[in-house]
Amino acid sequence: MSVWLTLLIALAAIAAGGWALRFAGQKLTGNKPVFRDMPYAVAFGYVLGAAVLVFAVWYFFQPTMTEQGTPVAGVMFFRWAVQAFIGFAVAAYLFRLLGRHVGTAGSRKMFRQMPLTASFGILVILIYAFLAVFAGVLAPYGQAEVFQQVNALPGGNAATGGNPDHLLGTDQIGRDLLSRLIYGAQNTVGIAFATTCLAFFLGGSLGFLAATLQGWFDQVLSRAVDVLMAIPSLIFALLLMTIASAWAGSEKWLLTVYMVIIIAVIDSTRVFRLARAVGMNIVVMDYIEAAKLRGEGLRYLIFREILPNATAPLLAEFGLRFCFVFLTIASLSFLGVGIQPPLADWGTMVRDLAQFINFAAFSPLTAALPLMAAGAIALLTVAVNFVVDWMLYRSSGLKE
Amino acid sequence: MTDTLVEMRDIRIEGRADETWMPIIKGVDLTLKKGEVLGLIGESGAGKSTLGLAAMGFCRDGVRIAGGSVSFDGIDLLAASAEQKRRLLGKRIAYVAQSAAASFNPAHKLIDQHVEAPVQHGVMARAESEQDGIELYRKLRLPNPDEIGFRYPHQVSGGQLQRAMTAMAMACRPDLIIFDEPTTALDVTTQIEVLASIRQIVEEFDTAAIYITHDLAVVAQMADRIKVLLRGDEVEEADTREMLSHPKQDYTKSLWAVREFQRPPKPPVAEDATPVVSVQGVTAAYGKIDVLHNVSFDIHEGRTVAVVGESGSGKSTTARVITGLLPPRMGGIELDGEALPPDYRQRSKDQLRQVQMIYQMADTALNPRKTVGEIVGRPVEFYMGLRGRKKRDRVAQLLDQIELPAGEFIDRLPSEMSGGQKQRIGIARALAAEPKFIICDEVTSALDQLVAEGILKLLARLQDELKLSYMFITHDLATVRSIADEVVVMKDGEVVEQGPKLDMFRPPHHAYTDLLLSSVPEMDPDWLTNLLAERGVDNLGDAAVDKMG
Repeated sequence: MSVWLTLLIALAAIAAGGWALRFAGQKLTGNKPVFRDMPYAVAFGYVLGAAVLVFAVWYFFQPTMTEQGTPVAGVMFFRWAVQAFIGFAVAAYLFRLLGRHVGTAGSRKMFRQMPLTASFGILVILIYAFLAVFAGVLAPYGQAEVFQQVNALPGGNAATGGNPDHLLGTDQIGRDLLSRLIYGAQNTVGIAFATTCLAFFLGGSLGFLAATLQGWFDQVLSRAVDVLMAIPSLIFALLLMTIASAWAGSEKWLLTVYMVIIIAVIDSTRVFRLARAVGMNIVVMDYIEAAKLRGEGLRYLIFREILPNATAPLLAEFGLRFCFVFLTIASLSFLGVGIQPPLADWGTMVRDLAQFINFAAFSPLTAALPLMAAGAIALLTVAVNFVVDWMLYRSSGLKE
Repeated sequence: MTDTLVEMRDIRIEGRADETWMPIIKGVDLTLKKGEVLGLIGESGAGKSTLGLAAMGFCRDGVRIAGGSVSFDGIDLLAASAEQKRRLLGKRIAYVAQSAAASFNPAHKLIDQHVEAPVQHGVMARAESEQDGIELYRKLRLPNPDEIGFRYPHQVSGGQLQRAMTAMAMACRPDLIIFDEPTTALDVTTQIEVLASIRQIVEEFDTAAIYITHDLAVVAQMADRIKVLLRGDEVEEADTREMLSHPKQDYTKSLWAVREFQRPPKPPVAEDATPVVSVQGVTAAYGKIDVLHNVSFDIHEGRTVAVVGESGSGKSTTARVITGLLPPRMGGIELDGEALPPDYRQRSKDQLRQVQMIYQMADTALNPRKTVGEIVGRPVEFYMGLRGRKKRDRVAQLLDQIELPAGEFIDRLPSEMSGGQKQRIGIARALAAEPKFIICDEVTSALDQLVAEGILKLLARLQDELKLSYMFITHDLATVRSIADEVVVMKDGEVVEQGPKLDMFRPPHHAYTDLLLSSVPEMDPDWLTNLLAERGVDNLGDAAVDKMG
């Protein structure tokens, strides 16, 4: 009850503050247009933002332990989040600074115009790519190696339940989490990337083909895609994977190949729709007509005339689709038909360790076990989308 | 109380480009008296629209008013609060945009959009405003004024929509209306109706207006005074008659002179010469509806045939039949006396090479992601098989032919060029195929007059040098006068009249040709008045067109 009352009072204070801000602004600046034409809602927003900021700072400096010695989970999680946020922001800033002074004239110019979000995204993607490529060298242990201590907590401090040999702890059967996270970059990201590329190749080329040829070809393909899209994708994938696992037999790697193809085909239906719609808008342009009248073949029309003009929406879709594929693979892995153990996979790691999230209130470090893999997924998703946003902005900016 | 309505002093406007502010208007003064019509003319990019909007105290995104003052009836618009401006705009100042189709909300009926401003500003109640709207529609001579307001924007024609837009601007009986190129997108016959209605209603309600256009002949009919702008600077300002008879500045004189470009007539074609392209009894249909009926005409070597008509008359469809995009239902096309396959897919590479096309909108005709070198180089490579060094040399030679410095332009993207330059690239692409015959589809209608004249001169020169034949699709009779050897007049998919240019411009005409010819605005400020008197005001517009059909 008292929480609600506090909130209500705070809200009233902010409301009054907004009015006061605008009034004071008008009086002090002699009716500058900024304050004169400021709607009340905007003034309210400024004060609300300021209040949230003050609260955040206050909350950040709350003690992490109660006097009885039990941890205050909320404050701890909040501190981690803020520290990570500031850390990444600083890293992104430094990375951009580096980019502005190192490299070719073109890349320096690119970094000069880059927003911080995009440099953050690029930095994260580069780190992931680096980890994925050099996983074998970087990981302290093998991804399938099993150790004595199970469920060691992150931190490497024996006093808090950690183990100095395993900086990020171990899972229920004693595998080193740091190593598995690093190998996960290789498996999960690599496979998801390959799948998305395949889906875009399939859906994109067929979509453009349908847009260019139209007529019965378009009809047949579009209706086939409608049918595929009508079946819930996860269940459909599961069904196909069950069949595929029978085909693959004991060849585990073959199952992974089947999974890539199945997810690529299912996701290519979405890409097909987008490519067809975008392509439709492009094929009505006069330059396509000019190329047709020149006697150009289909391949030239699609890859030289249409594709360069469709990259912006396709790139945006690529970012989104990549994240979806990523999550689909994680879901399938959890259900036992995706990436096969003992290969490390972030989705499987989250699932395996998921029950530890229940301990969040008593032992934040325990809850961090599943959060690390989840955070790895989230970070990449955010990074990819930041980069895609920026690329979109750039390509649309060039157009006008 | 003075009779000055709008007073702009030393107005300076800047636009944001590449993180710096570039001047668009460089200190222009503008005074408008009550009930006066001021014509603003200039090329695109001269800043006329920007200046017109600034008279409302408004500027587009990315543009700011950097200095000067704007006062409207004693109110300082630049210092006015958003609230104050909201009370003025729509009620005392109205704006009519170039494209009425884009300015009406397609989801609401005309009358619902008409009453919005009066009801919002509390000028009239809804029912009263609806009545008033119908009255205005009647005054603007819209057909069925009682019912037309209850239609949706897509259910009325472009000219009617433009008049409905004017009626909407009039709804609150504003003191000032800004017309931004209101007739540019219309056919000449439709343009007359809109011009006449605008002039009548502005006079009747004694409204002041700023009329923005690039067409001198139009502004001559509408404005009391004319102000000429060039790259953000005022060139000169004078009363309409004074300005037309005695332009002072060189730039103004050059604008006036554009309409006088004319090619010397060519000797008649030999009787037995084989035409380069012969259109023979073509009937073509979209779906089941015939849009071309038995169209026939010949185009001889080194000649230009202008195909004239309103939009919807089948000019562009004829071009589609010749290029093979639309196979005809009956009849056929001959190239050099040999029948061309009806579908472009069945034509040989050489047949395709011979027929090239230049498009109206250079923006959509050039792939925005390709450089000039790629765009012009592709046909060179495709047809002539030239690659690498040789290709680049040929492209440079072609750019030279269209009077663009190759070194500077070969790596540019279309977005880095002006409209006229883009159109020249379109010409270079057509030339690269080394064709005999080029279809020019309204190639100058999207360009300013001076730029258009440059393009026409270029085409004329290329014709002389390369013995090219042109089919020139246009609705602008001034263009026909300057470049054509023969004229084909089309209406509703039929050829109504054809023959050598000189015969066409000499009476007697077919009735429709006459309507077209007489609808082309002339520089004489009394032209519209005389024309209306001649046609009889009530007989104007749709009625006149109906009579022809």
